Amino acid sequence: MSETKPIQSCNDFVIKFANVNGSGSASANELFARSIMRMGVPVAPRNIFPSNIQGMPTWYEMRVSEAGWLGRRGGCELMVAMNPQTWDRDIAEIEAGGYLVYDSTKALPRSRFREDITVLGIPLTEICNREYTDPRQRQLFKNIMYVGALTALLDMEFVSVEKLVADQYRGKDKLIDANVNALRLGYDYAKENLSCPIGLRIERSDGVGDQIFMNGNDACGLGAVYGGATVAGWYPITPSTSVIEAFGSYCRKYRTDPDNGMARYAIVQCEDELASIGVVIGAAWNGSRAFTATSGPGISLMQEFFGLAYFAEVPIVVFNVQRGGPSTGMPTRTQQSDLIACAYASHGDTKHVLLFPEDPYECFTLGADAFDLADRLQTPVFVLLDLDIGMNDRLCKPFDWDDQRRYDRGKVMTAEDLDAGKNFGRYLDVDGDGIPWRTIPGTHPTKGAFFSRGTTRNAYAKYSEAGTDYIYNMERLRRKFETAKKLVPAPIVQKASQPTRFGAIYYGSTSPAMAEAFALLEAQGVHVDIMRVRGFPFADEVIDFINERDCVFVVEQNESGQLRMLLVNEGEIDPKRLIRVLHYDGTPITARFISGRIADTLSKNKVTPIRKQVAS
Amino acid sequence: MTYLAKPKLLRTDAPKNALGYTRRDYEGAISTLCAGCGHDSISAAIVQACFDLDIEPHKVAKLSGIGCSSKTPDYFLGASHGFNTTHGRMPSVLTGAALANRDLLYLGVSGDGDSASIGIGQFAHAMRRGVNMTYIVENNGVYGLTKGQFSATTDKGSKNKRGVVNNDTPIDLMALALQLGASYVARSFSGDKEQLIPLIKGALRHLGPAVIDVISPCVTFNNHPGSTKSYDYIREHNEAVNRLDFILPRDQINASYEPGSLRRVVQHDGSVLLLRKLGKDYDPSDRVGAMNFLQERQALGEIVTGLLYVDTSAEDLHRHLNTVEKPLNQLRDAYLCPGSKVLDALNASLR
Repeated sequence: MSETKPIQSCNDFVIKFANVNGSGSASANELFARSIMRMGVPVAPRNIFPSNIQGMPTWYEMRVSEAGWLGRRGGCELMVAMNPQTWDRDIAEIEAGGYLVYDSTKALPRSRFREDITVLGIPLTEICNREYTDPRQRQLFKNIMYVGALTALLDMEFVSVEKLVADQYRGKDKLIDANVNALRLGYDYAKENLSCPIGLRIERSDGVGDQIFMNGNDACGLGAVYGGATVAGWYPITPSTSVIEAFGSYCRKYRTDPDNGMARYAIVQCEDELASIGVVIGAAWNGSRAFTATSGPGISLMQEFFGLAYFAEVPIVVFNVQRGGPSTGMPTRTQQSDLIACAYASHGDTKHVLLFPEDPYECFTLGADAFDLADRLQTPVFVLLDLDIGMNDRLCKPFDWDDQRRYDRGKVMTAEDLDAGKNFGRYLDVDGDGIPWRTIPGTHPTKGAFFSRGTTRNAYAKYSEAGTDYIYNMERLRRKFETAKKLVPAPIVQKASQPTRFGAIYYGSTSPAMAEAFALLEAQGVHVDIMRVRGFPFADEVIDFINERDCVFVVEQNESGQLRMLLVNEGEIDPKRLIRVLHYDGTPITARFISGRIADTLSKNKVTPIRKQVAS
Repeated sequence: MTYLAKPKLLRTDAPKNALGYTRRDYEGAISTLCAGCGHDSISAAIVQACFDLDIEPHKVAKLSGIGCSSKTPDYFLGASHGFNTTHGRMPSVLTGAALANRDLLYLGVSGDGDSASIGIGQFAHAMRRGVNMTYIVENNGVYGLTKGQFSATTDKGSKNKRGVVNNDTPIDLMALALQLGASYVARSFSGDKEQLIPLIKGALRHLGPAVIDVISPCVTFNNHPGSTKSYDYIREHNEAVNRLDFILPRDQINASYEPGSLRRVVQHDGSVLLLRKLGKDYDPSDRVGAMNFLQERQALGEIVTGLLYVDTSAEDLHRHLNTVEKPLNQLRDAYLCPGSKVLDALNASLR
């Protein structure tokens, strides 16, 4: 060990696990994350996995933060290096003064280690080979064993981990015993052979409160159940697949008729994304709430149908769990790079409603709200999350639901309305909000039927090639999007502690990193007001926020600054006033990155307000 | 002939069905297709079939893709909701619609380009999924709206108007449907309403995917001597395996045929398909036999028409998904939303 002192930290560090995928490590790592949370200490884990089933490198990054910062931080104080393939880069990533836990069964030359870290060898393979005969058990329990060792090294309460194992395998006593035994082997080895605790410690705290630990995809599936969706058409694609799997499993639990075991829902796995969205459009046209979940390539395939749903005004919901693009891109990495593809999806003049949840809580609430919004506006609504919030368990507010709430089915004309003589024109704007009335097939024997189509029609849904009919319709659609501005969730502003001419706009999964960056900047005396955009088309407040400031940073996770493009285009804003802060290597954005960029730009470039330039 | 407004006058003595509707109540807007188009005859057959079956027009949802065939749902059942979707994708939209409300009748209308080319994937998967629908392919072997290109059902060796020969192997959609699990498979000719109307009736009352390939000559682009889908060619090469009489449960069966020449098929709803055998002894309950027969006759240049296959014990997608009897689009909030107490328990399990 050189002069670098071992890092000392309680409840504030990053642990990273380097594993081989398909080895069962993810569940052991998750068990460890939950154990820390059970001690009241906030943890934000992130699974960094390959597009592969078995044998490729995978990492599990766990940020422990008593302060509650849940964004990715970067770097790590403790590396659990279990993958020889990535050994060198894993060792290099450890912060000076950090710690390395590794399988010391096979001796490694000194040159493979670093002088400035504390090396903690545990002969995991040797212990496993001694204790177990079954090859699968040898593999699985090796993971549980290092969890046990970490429990000792970080001075955690063994009983709380033990209790969690008991909770997870409730009813399967054999599994409980076997897992606790493996935990104990690791724990005892560390206690007897290593100096416990190390400089990093977990101490019981009250930072978690009543928060829940959940991933965004499951929350979207639950949101669709609460939002009243009855039909889902889908095609498997990473990272969105588990949205539908969750919807299915919640439906089996909550939507099975108790009397006869029949399903109050229908899920069809289709032959491709075109059929998926076709099923959704057909069901929604026929009066069911319907949705699909997909990712970038699926969005590309669905384009023509999005245009139909927009133009025929069919209320559908699409969950897009974004991944790295373009093309197949980085299927198991995160990005926010489908904004443009969704905002203006399909040929011709189209525009769509987008919602940007920041965490699983909003995946649930905005996911459920999306169905009301789609029905109210009679148009596709996209819920844009990404792999970072979709596939990682995240601490968030517990879900809530108002039992007084009734679904807003929007302007649906009933048989009674038609009999009462209400004038029905499918594409007629009767009250100026641009939203027409619709009827559901089968409503009335003689009134209210219409022929839906993607072609131009007049206000009464009759085929028309007349320019005046076309313009009437397009202008009505524009009015409808003015209405949408007032219905999408409002942006949320956090003001700096001192008045400032600068602002930053961000959305979705950037939220925890931005919150932390805000605090870092404040601590450095850099004051920036921040606004989280939650919907598109943009509410007037979003454009006002920009216009009231000299310059605004637009923080996002794509290469071209897609939110910025939308702001420039929709808000008619001078692009010079919007400064790009872009992170797009496939890893989640960090607070260090955001605060660094903003502080650098403000100091180095001595940003001069444009208004002053003009005045001088 | 859209410039002629449809007269509103009604004959007071127009025949009415059991619901009190006249045939006129099953018609739609005036067709914009070419005079003499086979598709208009199919529309007329659909009107007649629905009238005869006493179907309430608003209990039918008619869906189509893109092309001449897909325009036709505007020209029949004006009191039904219709959806002219995108090219080749009607089957998925129909599937979704059928999931939303199992109580309506679903009528899909498509063409050879729509079903055999751009939409062959959706055609195939809707069949294998067992969607409860009547799927009519108005098959003219040509792209009409884009002015006369070959389609995927154009026979090898047949010529277009300019004399160009088609060298590609044709797709036989009914052979495909048989292989993919359609449970009611028929072929007919737009010029033979005696055959077509009962086939449509049988299909409308069938549970499961019922598909009818209706050869429907295109008078403008494919009704010339080099075509194998012209009126003349079809009339000369039509080989009907059976003649169908469709009988509702309430009707008396008083047809008198020679013993042994009749086959009686009872559908799930009690409706009866009376099949008069023609020529060779043909068994419409034998899926593999039907496939073989089609191939053999096709090799001889014959166009086999009639009810090729029917399976009255078929199940549909709703049965497979075990969906509730009440249409999903009519389930109220309380049946869909688990409420706050469930959420509280769920929250507790996520800590």
